[in-house]
Amino acid sequence: MGLQPSSAPAPLIEAGRPPPARRKMLRGEKRGLIIAAASSLAVLAVIILVAVIAPGSREVQQAFFSPHHLKGAALGTHSKDHVTPSVVAAFFTVTVKMFLIAEVLVLALALFLAVVRSIPGPVFFPFRVLAIAYIDFFRGIPLLLVMFIIAFGLPGMQLGFVSRLSQFTYGVIALTLVYSAYVAEVYRAGIESVHESQTAAARALGLSRWQALRHVVLPQAIRRVIPPLLNDFIGLQKDTALVAAIGLVEVVRTAQAYGTTFFNFAGLTVAAALFVAITIPLARFTDFLLVRQQRKMRASGGVR
Amino acid sequence: MRAPIDERPQTRNAEAVRLEGVHKSFDDLHVLKGIDLSVADHEVICLIGASGSGKSTMLRCVNLLETIDAGRIFVEGEEITAEGVDVNRIRQRIGIVFQAFNLFPHMTVMRNITLAPIKVRGLSRHDAETEAIELLRRFGLEDKRDEYPDRLSGGQQQRAAIVRALAMNPDIMLLDEVTSALDPELVAEVLNVIRGLAEIGMTMLIATHEMGFARDIADRVCFLEAGVILEQGPPEQIFTDPQSARTRQFLQRIIEAGRL
Repeated sequence: MGLQPSSAPAPLIEAGRPPPARRKMLRGEKRGLIIAAASSLAVLAVIILVAVIAPGSREVQQAFFSPHHLKGAALGTHSKDHVTPSVVAAFFTVTVKMFLIAEVLVLALALFLAVVRSIPGPVFFPFRVLAIAYIDFFRGIPLLLVMFIIAFGLPGMQLGFVSRLSQFTYGVIALTLVYSAYVAEVYRAGIESVHESQTAAARALGLSRWQALRHVVLPQAIRRVIPPLLNDFIGLQKDTALVAAIGLVEVVRTAQAYGTTFFNFAGLTVAAALFVAITIPLARFTDFLLVRQQRKMRASGGVR
Repeated sequence: MRAPIDERPQTRNAEAVRLEGVHKSFDDLHVLKGIDLSVADHEVICLIGASGSGKSTMLRCVNLLETIDAGRIFVEGEEITAEGVDVNRIRQRIGIVFQAFNLFPHMTVMRNITLAPIKVRGLSRHDAETEAIELLRRFGLEDKRDEYPDRLSGGQQQRAAIVRALAMNPDIMLLDEVTSALDPELVAEVLNVIRGLAEIGMTMLIATHEMGFARDIADRVCFLEAGVILEQGPPEQIFTDPQSARTRQFLQRIIEAGRL
C-alpha cells in the first residue's frame, strides 16, 4: 500500500484521459449527490410529520424526552421527597463493569474451548466431545433462562461459597457461559481458515503440534476473527441488560425506578442513549477493521 | 553464495536416506507404489516426472509430513518410520522447502527464521538472531530482516524460506518444486541459491520441473511415473539416452514445450 506510484506517472494518465469524459463523470457525481439529498429530505420530512402529527406525540414527547426529566434520570434526584439514583452511574458501575469482566472471561474460555475442539488425535476424542457438547448446549438455551438457572439454582444448591455469590457475579457467570459458546465457534472458524500448509511448515521445522498452534495458527486465526469478535462484543454489551431479570439493580432497573417515582419514561431514553453511545463506535470500528482487512487481502492477491 | 558455508568433506560413503518399498495412498488414490531409493551423504538427487507422479508425496513422506502405509524409511541409519520415534527430533535433521513458500505471514523474515531455532533448538533470541543474520547476509536478504513476507518478491520469499529451513542446521534438504510458483525472471535467483547449497555438499532431494537445472546440478536423476521410480541414473544418461520408453516420451514432451 505504501508502494503507490509517486507523482511521476500520474500526469501521464491524466494526459491520456480526454477532458469531456472528466466533465461527464463530474456531472454524474453531482446528479448522485442531488438525488441523495432529495431522498434524505423526503425521509426526514415523513419522520417529522409522523412524530408531530401522531395523536399522542405531545404526550410521548413529555414522557420520553422532557429535558427536565432527562437530566433528572441521568444524574439522579435528591429532593426531600424523592431520592432516585443516577442512570448514568448505574450504567458505568454495573453494566459496563459487568461487560468488561464478562468479555475478558468469554475471550479466554472461548479460546480454550475452540483449541480443545481443534486438537486432533484419538486421545483427545472425549475432550472434543465435551467441548462440542458444551458449545451446542449453551448456544441452544436462551440467555435469560441461563440467568435464572444460575442465579436461582446455584444459591439453592448449597455449594458453599458458590451459593453465596452476588447477583452481579451470577450475571457474569451466565453471560460468560452463553457467550463463550458463541465466541468459541468464531475462534474455530478462524483456526480452520488458516491453511494446513502453515501447520505443515511449522511441523516440518520441528515444532510440536502445540507449538505450531500457539505460534503459527492461533495468531493468524485471531487476527482474522477480530471483526466478528467485535460483533459479538456488541451483543454481549446489550445483553448485560438481561441481568435486570435476576433482580440486579443496573441501568434498566434504575431507569424503571425513576419511572415509577416520577411517572416519566425519560430514564429509559437515557439508558437507550447510553447503550447506543457505546455500541455505535464499536460497530464503526468493526466496519473499519473489516474494510482494512479486505483491502489487505486484495493487496496480497487474496491468497491469505 | 560462492563461498562455502563450511568445509564439509565431499566423500560419499555414508547413507543419508534410504526408502524401502514405500507405499502411500490417499483414500482410493495409490500415490506411491513401492519406492526404493538410497541417497548417499552429499548426494544431490533430482526427482522428475509428470505432476501427480508422486514426487511431492515422496518428499513429504521422508519428512514424516505423511505417514506411509507400507515400507520403511531410514535417515542416517535410523528407521524413522518405526513405532515411537520422536518425530520432532527427526524433522530437525531434515529441512523442507515448499512450492508455495509457506512463510508465516504474521511474522517478519527474522521471526520466521528464528522461531524454530528458539523454540526447538532452545537457542536464546540473541544467538538465534546472530545465526539468522549470518544466513541472511549469505543469501542477500539482510536488508529484508524486518519485512513481512507479503512485502517480498516471490524469489525473495523462497530464499527466505530456504534460509528458514537452513537455520535448523539440517543434514538433508528436501526441495519440493521450489521454483514452480515463481515468475520466470525470479527462478534463476532461487536456483543459484540451491547450486550454492550443492557446492557446499548439502544432501538434497529435489523435485523439479526445471530439466536444465536438474541436468546441471544432479548427481543422479530419478524419473517417477505412476508412483514408482521407473528409471534412474546420472543426468547425462537420463537426458541423452533414456532406457525406458515412458522416460523418452516424458522428455520429448518437455523438449516440445521448450523447457529443455
